[in-house]
Formats: sequence, C-alpha cells, structure tokens
Amino acid sequence: MLSRTASDLYWMSRYLERAENLARMLDVSYSLSLMPQDGRGDGLNEIAMPLLITGTLDDYLERHGDLHAERLLHFFALDAENPASIFSCLGAARASAHAVRGRITADMWENINATYLEIRGIAEQGLSRYGMSRFCEWVKERSHLFRGATYGTIMRNDAFRFIRLGTFIERADNTLRMLDARYEMLELRGPSANAAADSSAAGYYQWSALLRALSSFEAYTEVYRDAPGARQVAELLLLRADIPRSLRACLEELDIILASLPGANGRPAQRLAAELDARLRYTGIDEILDEGLHEWLNEFIPLLAQLGSVIHTSYLEAA
Amino acid sequence: MIRTFYDEMYDAGGVVRPHYREFARWLGEAPPELLAQRRREADLLFHRAGITFTLYGDEQGTERLIPFDTIPRSIPASEWRVVERGCIQRVKALNMFLADLYHDQRIIKAGIIPAEQVLANEQYQLAMQGLNLHRDLYSHISGVDLVRDGDGTYYVLEDNLRTPSGVSYMLEDRKMMMRLFPELFAAQRIAPIDHYPNLLLDTLKSSSPLDNPSVVVLTPGRFNSAFFEHAFLAREMGVELVEGADLFVRDDRVFMRTTDGPKAVDVIYRRLDDAFLDPLAFNPDSMLGVPGLLAAYRSGNVVLANAIGTGVADDKSVYPFVTDMIRFYLDEEPILKNVPTWQCRKPEELSHVLANLGDLVVKETQGSGGYGMLVGPASTAAEIESFRARLKAKPHAYIAQPTLCLSTCPTFVENGIAPRHIDLRPFVLAGRETRVVPGGLTRVALREGSLVVNSSQGGGTKDTWVVED
Repeated sequence: MLSRTASDLYWMSRYLERAENLARMLDVSYSLSLMPQDGRGDGLNEIAMPLLITGTLDDYLERHGDLHAERLLHFFALDAENPASIFSCLGAARASAHAVRGRITADMWENINATYLEIRGIAEQGLSRYGMSRFCEWVKERSHLFRGATYGTIMRNDAFRFIRLGTFIERADNTLRMLDARYEMLELRGPSANAAADSSAAGYYQWSALLRALSSFEAYTEVYRDAPGARQVAELLLLRADIPRSLRACLEELDIILASLPGANGRPAQRLAAELDARLRYTGIDEILDEGLHEWLNEFIPLLAQLGSVIHTSYLEAA
Repeated sequence: MIRTFYDEMYDAGGVVRPHYREFARWLGEAPPELLAQRRREADLLFHRAGITFTLYGDEQGTERLIPFDTIPRSIPASEWRVVERGCIQRVKALNMFLADLYHDQRIIKAGIIPAEQVLANEQYQLAMQGLNLHRDLYSHISGVDLVRDGDGTYYVLEDNLRTPSGVSYMLEDRKMMMRLFPELFAAQRIAPIDHYPNLLLDTLKSSSPLDNPSVVVLTPGRFNSAFFEHAFLAREMGVELVEGADLFVRDDRVFMRTTDGPKAVDVIYRRLDDAFLDPLAFNPDSMLGVPGLLAAYRSGNVVLANAIGTGVADDKSVYPFVTDMIRFYLDEEPILKNVPTWQCRKPEELSHVLANLGDLVVKETQGSGGYGMLVGPASTAAEIESFRARLKAKPHAYIAQPTLCLSTCPTFVENGIAPRHIDLRPFVLAGRETRVVPGGLTRVALREGSLVVNSSQGGGTKDTWVVED
C-alpha cells in the first residue's frame, strides 16, 4: 500500500477516534459541572477540564480572556478556528477520507461525509440550541456508525490494519489522559486517593462519571460489585484485557496489528509495541500505585507517543 | 434574427420523436410531486456521495455539486452508430497525426498543414521527437465534443486529447437514474455503460508491451477540480491513486513508495498537464510532478497515458485541419463535420471576424473550460468592443466560429420544464482496438438561452441514453 494512503487512513481513524474521545470528555465534564460544586460553585473548573486535558486552555485564554461556560463549550466543540475542536477533528478525518476515498468503501465514505455535512449544520444552529448531551451522544453515535460500516464492509487488508492502528493508538492515549485528569481532580480535593477518599460522594461521582464516559461503568460493577475507587478503576482501565477502552486492550490490538503488517521496515514499531504489551501483561496494580498513579501514567504517555512516531517512520513515511 | 433550434425530444411540429415516446408517456403519467421528490433525493444522494467538483478561483476550495437533470438525453441506436464510427475515425486520424508529427512529418511535407502551425505551437513537445510509443498510440483516452445545429446535424466542436474529464459524471448519472427510476430501464432497451472502467483498465494495460503491467492513476491532489473523478476511476479499476510525491525515479525506472518498500510502476494514467509532470524537464516550480519522469519515459520504462505532447493535436488552431488529416491518413471522407472556422492569424479571415463579431463565437486557441471566450449574440456592445481590442492585439491566439444553434433538450427549471441547450462528449478509448461506450456525457446550459455548458460556468449534466430502435 502507498505510504501516503496508509498515512491518510491512519489519520482518518485517529481523528475520528479523537473526536469521539473529546465528546466523551466533554460529556463527563458537562454532567459533573451540573452537580453541586465545592468552591466557586459555577462548574467552570469542570468545564475547563477538557481543555486542560487536551492542552488547549492557553489557546482559549488567549482568544477569549476569561472562563465563560458557553464560550468554553463552543471553543471545545464547534469552533472551526480551534484546530483541536471536535468540529476540526471531524473535518480533518473527513479530509483524510476524501484523499483516500478510492481505498475505503462507499459506505464508509458516505458515512463520514454525512457526519461532516451534519456537524456543519449543527455548528450553524449553535450548541445551546442543539443541546449539549445530545451533541455528545451524536458524535459518539457517528463514530460507532463509522466503525460499524468499516467492520461490516472493508476488506481485511492493510487498509483495514492501518485504520485500526490509528484507532487504538489514539484510544490508548485518551484513556491514560482521562484517568490522570480525574485522579488529579480528586488529589486536589482530598489528601490522597485512598479508599476513604474514594468512598466520599465527590469520589463516587468523579469515578463513575469517568467510567460512564469510557463506557465501562457496567463492566466495573460486574467485575467488582463495589462502589468505584481509584485502585479498582485504575486496574480496570489500565490492566484488564477484556475492557475495550483499557490501555492493555489497546496495546494488545496494536501488537497484533503491527505483527501482521508486511515489510522489514516495520521492526522498530513491532518491537516497541510488543515490549509495551509485555510490560502491561506482567504488571500488577500495586506496582503502579506504589510508584504513584500520576507518575506511572506520565511515564507511559510519552511511550505511546514514541510508538506513534516509530509507526510514522516505519510505514507512513517509508521508501 | 430568428433562430430555429433542433429539439432532441420534439420535432418541428411539436410531436414527440419515436425514441422518446416511451419516456414522454412515463413523464406525462408521473405525478409532479413524485418527480420533485426524486429530484431532491438525487441532490441528497450526490451530496452524500460527495460527487463534487471544485471551482478554480474559489479561494475557499468549496466543493460544489454539478446540477443533475433527471430528464435524459436520448439518442436512437441507428444515429449513435454513425456518431460512434465518426468518433473512432477521428481519434484514429489524430493518433496517426501525432505519430507522424513526432517522426517523419509527412503531412507537413505534403503541404496539408503549414509547419509553423504545429512546430511553433506551445503544445508541440520537442522531447517527443523521434520517440517510439507502443502501438504508436498517443491519445489513449479522448473526449470528442459534439453539438447539433438547427437541422440536427452533428458537428465536432473540439477534440480533447490531454486529460479529458467528465466520465465519472457519465457513470454516476446513469447509476442515479437507475436508482431513481428503475421502471424506465425495464420499459425499453438502453445500452449499458457501466463497463467503462473495465475498458479503461484494458486500454491502459494494452498501452504497455508488458503482459501484466502495474497501472496507477496520477492526480494533482485532492484540491484539483476533478479529484473525485481520479479517485473514482482508480477505485473502479482497483489500481493505486498516486500523487507526484508518492512516486520517484531511480535508474530511469518509476517506483511508488509503499508501506512495504518501493514498488515498480509501468503505466501512469496521468491526470496532470504536461507542464507539471516533471520539474526537471518542464515547469521547475511544479510540486505536483515526479523529478526524472521524462527520462524514464524516454527510456521506454514507463507508459504515460495520454502521451506527452498530445495538446498540439487538439489545439483550436489545429482543429480546422482535422478533416484533412482524416482524408490524408485514412483515405476516408470524414463522417463527422467540423464547425466552419475562421483563423484569426490569417489577415483576410481576421477582417471577416472583426466585421461580424456580433454574430460569432470567438475562442482562445489555448483556452478551455469556457473561460476567455466571446459569444457574440449574447454579449453587450461594450463586451464586444473590449474583445475586439484583445483580438487585434493577439490575432493568432484566436479562432472564430458561427454561433451554432445548439440543440435543446427538455430540462427541469425553476418553473416546470423548458428546453435548454446541450452538447455531448463521448469518450474514445484507443488500445488494442478503438472503442467508445454508448453515449457519453451530456452537458446542459441551465441558464435560459445560454450556449455555455461548462460546469465552471453553471452547466449541469444529464444521463445519456442510446435507445434500441
């Protein structure tokens, strides 16, 4: 497959996955902002959280000065001028799909094109008229639909593999960042994220909102039959292979996909993915907590970035 | 001046022509709401499928839909067979002309075409001189633009031998009609066209001496106005769609960059103009081309379809000689007529043109896409005067033709159905044999009275039927 084609397929699915994850972040923050708050009580800290996670808060402050709920939401969701907004991600995903529309099925192309046409309509209406929760649901649903169209129609060839590569690398990164952000939020409130703090009402809402945002709430209750707490949430989202959005599940997929790609030039990427996968496989949650969850996460996030960059040099800029 | 137009559906007495009877009966019975609803459905489907083009000069690069009209243009099969033979004859002669021009130049020696007319032409490529091409084919894919005059006679308006586009609309229009109105296709026998991509791939493969050559489509990129078509054809043929940066030349061989390392390329269906193909040989500023491509081409290691330098044969200043080419190379009478043409480079013809500007159509010899032309009868006195100045300043850059009474076809407009002017572009494929799929692309000028059918100038398209009679 052409390296450029592979690159467009990879970025198409990365941007789409990113849009979905941004909507998940937004969803959890928005619903928490509606809860009775400590401190200022206006929920602005919560609403600003997605910008903090994605590192776009400075851009926002530069453009808009102070924190303002409606402007924050618009900036994050629909602002075409913000390259990290959901709108821009869907636009970028669609532009990549457009470039390789010959290599994806008509079902996939029409789906992603329709998504783009629809979000332009939503942007015209404005978020408050469309409805915040409805918007987040809509983004997730479009992403689900595209994935369904992909799984249901595309040939199981390298195109399919590069599409999935993009999905899982983006998803792994997102799970780590969202977990880290929630943990930090609780750290700020209580002395530590120990079991006692977890059982507080604030802890309950923070963790359950995160689990819901990552579609893992049902899995959590089934596995632990317990109120959500830091240790178990971290174990679920980092180490369990049977949770589709967990780090471990993403790395397992990445390892398998990379191993099945042809060409000797892929070795550095294959090796790194296998190493990371093995590391997770043989790590227990206590080790992670001993090191400190925040420290551990911030060690792993750059490793994922490194994996992304060797995928680039191995395949997407090859020959 | 009163003009009489040939209408494709109705004869002069207002009676439906035989090959349209079935359709007219159906149209008469179909409830208007249903037709309106289907038209909206078509718009939606085209939009969703992203069957769009980009307008040059539009900074935003906005993708637009080409308006699609649901009333088909219909041609009786017996009439089509003549058009088909005429197109094939013409493309054969044009290919022989190009081979001759880049080798022995017999036609110049025979005094049929003046040497300066072709050798001084910007489109004449010295790099092609003496180069032997497989099967002596230069224009593998040609579009022949046809119009009909007041009495229904077909005329060739121009030949397109560089990178003719529009075939994807021909195919998508048919798909859309079959989806919206399947009953029409059950009621009569309409020649199928869906196999065009197959024929195209076969043509491209047969342009190479290799048994199973590796074929790619070369596009200028996603911002090109015809990108949809490039992607569409690559997909339909199952070959890679490449941009210049995806290719490189090593030891006079062309390779593409793949995730599995370099892969050899044997045939390039290029949708990129000559000037952009190779920055080392042509326009050095081109970011779209492949450095070293010309050297690989001249070594015979890669086939370009169409060949470099075909533009000299479809240039409007060479157009008047095509009928003579047919007589010279094939020893046959031309089946399709040329539109009478005044060459402004000749002083006596220029003075005729200047005296009759209000009645004529004046075109740039290098122009295309309906840009930079004057349609005398549709222009204001001021427009005519400003064009007169340009014409006097650079007479050799223009030709003039009488304003043809382009035929009309009923078309959906704001308030109902009204006749609008149309043309026809059949696509001719030259490989092992020369073939045309039945019909072609019908373009329609949607503005009342307009004779300009180009999509960049507000033209639309119609499905084109060849109906068994």
